Amino acid sequence: MKFPKPRILVIACNYCGYAGADLAGTMRLQYPPNALIIRVPCGGRISPAMILEALRSGYDGVLLAICHPQDCHFMKGSELCTKRFAILKYLLTSLGLEPQRVRLEYISAAEGEKLAKVIREMTEELSKLGKSRLILAEYIKTM
Amino acid sequence: MSEEPRIAVYVCHCGTNIAGVIDVERVTEYVSKIPGVVIARNYIYMCSDPGQELIEKDIKEYRINRVVVAACSPRMHEETFRRVLERSGLSPYLLEMVNIREHCSWVHSDKDKATLKAIKLIEMGIERAKRLEPLTRRRVEVLPSVLVIGAGIAGITAALDIADAGYRVYLVEKEPSIGGKMAKFDKTFPTLDCSPCILTPLMVRASQHPNITLLTYSEVIEVNGGIGKFHVKILKKPRYVDEEKCTGCGLCIEKCPGRAFSEFDEGLGKRKAIYIPFPQAVPKVPVIDPNHCLYFQKGICKVCKRICPANAINYDQKEKIIEIDVGAIIIATGYDYIDKEFLKDYGYGKYSNVITGLQLERLVDPRGPTHGHIIRPSDGKEPKRIAIILCVGSRDITAGVPYCCRIGCVAGVKHAWYIKSHMPKTDVYIIYQDMRTFGKGYEEFYRRIRDMGIILIRGKPGDIEELPDGSIRIQVYDQVLDEVLEIVVDLVVLEAAVVPSKGTEEIAKILKIPRGPDGFLLELHPKLYPVETAVDGVFIAGFCSGPKDIPDAVAQAGAAASKALALLSKKVIELEASVAVVDEDLCSGCGLCIAACPYGAIELVRKEKRYVAKVREEMCKGCGACSAACPAEAIKVKHWLDEQIIPAIIRGAR
Repeated sequence: MKFPKPRILVIACNYCGYAGADLAGTMRLQYPPNALIIRVPCGGRISPAMILEALRSGYDGVLLAICHPQDCHFMKGSELCTKRFAILKYLLTSLGLEPQRVRLEYISAAEGEKLAKVIREMTEELSKLGKSRLILAEYIKTM
Repeated sequence: MSEEPRIAVYVCHCGTNIAGVIDVERVTEYVSKIPGVVIARNYIYMCSDPGQELIEKDIKEYRINRVVVAACSPRMHEETFRRVLERSGLSPYLLEMVNIREHCSWVHSDKDKATLKAIKLIEMGIERAKRLEPLTRRRVEVLPSVLVIGAGIAGITAALDIADAGYRVYLVEKEPSIGGKMAKFDKTFPTLDCSPCILTPLMVRASQHPNITLLTYSEVIEVNGGIGKFHVKILKKPRYVDEEKCTGCGLCIEKCPGRAFSEFDEGLGKRKAIYIPFPQAVPKVPVIDPNHCLYFQKGICKVCKRICPANAINYDQKEKIIEIDVGAIIIATGYDYIDKEFLKDYGYGKYSNVITGLQLERLVDPRGPTHGHIIRPSDGKEPKRIAIILCVGSRDITAGVPYCCRIGCVAGVKHAWYIKSHMPKTDVYIIYQDMRTFGKGYEEFYRRIRDMGIILIRGKPGDIEELPDGSIRIQVYDQVLDEVLEIVVDLVVLEAAVVPSKGTEEIAKILKIPRGPDGFLLELHPKLYPVETAVDGVFIAGFCSGPKDIPDAVAQAGAAASKALALLSKKVIELEASVAVVDEDLCSGCGLCIAACPYGAIELVRKEKRYVAKVREEMCKGCGACSAACPAEAIKVKHWLDEQIIPAIIRGAR
């Protein structure tokens, strides 16, 4: 079983990102099959642990697809997620992670096209990057 | 998790929508071998009746306790399959849906890769399903009654709608009469129909409706419980007049020697110490103002008691607490005008010929202190030149009112019409910043009145000064002419900014309804849920959630009433089980979750010698902002636990 690379995890909020991905499907937009979408109730629910665990377990990149801040179904969730993500991304990139590997995009329920576009872009960028240095560090530790 | 997971996996063909791209047989075969999976099947339409029966049968036959359905988006059919589980006696939260249509077969054309991805997604779903917990939705009975707080036009409309549908309504108003601000207006824009003529029939209908209990001169002081059954304490202030006995004859008022400024007439006229706020007041029962009553002040007089033919005067009446239980609450607590202190900059309170728009309404009203004549308050003469200033405080950040009041412009235009129609020879200036006439018929109304010969000055007034003869000199920079103008007028009318009423602030505290930066009550969602609040079962109508004109307030009241009715007609509701829960042993009481919660649903409570967070379940919407913020993983949202999501994520990476 060889699953296509680079492997991308999309953490999508129920009301926007996930619905946007549903719309991409309804519109039959094509994007590479290497992205796996997981649902959370709200951008505010996305904890740093989810992103860290994803990177550690071997994903080449993580995309957060959440509401535009002013449209958040839970009012503050997208804003909270944006703030937390900015800090996490800063820390990860300071540790040497390539910034392309973690990405946050506002994708509304009407922006199926944007979601497909972002996944295509990430796939292209991550293919160029190859294996993550952080994952290699993990690998060395286990030797 | 008490029992070993026994998982059933169903792969839907969705006709050819899924099976046309994904090799469903291969998927089924593969997943059937995953540990924990007891049975794996594929079927042409899982959502069809036979598909659903298949699941029901398997649950019984194989003692299934987790169900994974790989089909379309959960946004489409999650509820359908949850009901199947419920029918089979399983908790609906033991279902996990895997989206292999929108997120897979529809977006990929490479059959092999799509099949691999489908397997991966199902593996992730199984991983999550193993860890799902059997949550039960709490069932709550909904009492067939509604409390409406505030009896202005919004509150009355909502109360009548609900009462007409056959449910009991408690309509609470803190003033002695219902009617609110609209009762003080002479006419309404843009139709110029007489305000009392359209309002008072509704007031009377509300008071006579068999399903409405009217509680005037009363305030809500405490609310406990939640959606379906709110326990409400209402304080009824003493009127010193027995509402049951009083016939409203008015003899007491006629004979009363005490005098005070009339609140209803905005201080322009006088009333007695025992008074009915205005002739059409409902209920038509007087109230004694102890601050101006000779009996309460000096222990003498008692004229009203002696003269009352119904023996209705009772000086010993005390405050009374009334307790009721209701299924839903509608807040319609309206607005106030900006603090009078602020208006001092415009000369209000300093110069007697500077009045507010509401005071002009009282002057024009035939029931008012001047019987409908517009006069200069300083000498009672007819003014020859009048200036109307718009945006007095509105859209003014320094006044703390950054928002538009939505009613000032058209009210100002209406006031210009009052003046022109009463005294055609009077010069009328409108000093405005932007003329915002957005509503139905408003622009046409503005054009019509403008063409009556109103002088429009676009700018913000500078110095406002009183001249020795009582007239007012206004300096204003005219943005159109690019010149500083100086006008001298006999009367200045201020269209003052609007702010949330005191009652709105108080009720927000009592019911814990979040307020926006403008101080108005926050709707659950500005677009999708404009009459719902963060507290389930509490709805909002009218000005309390932000500036509105009468048509909007009435429309929103109807919307709030229909939402409340939809709730009441269910009789029994189920509360969402996916809410936050606190592990008190782990909680350090740091309060980060409180800051993160958009609904104010978390509070700190004392537990022995420390504080811990506590979730008010009826307010929690299960968004999970708290759990992502908690440094100790002490607060979690059921059904969306890290230990359910992260294993699925990790599985996807393998």
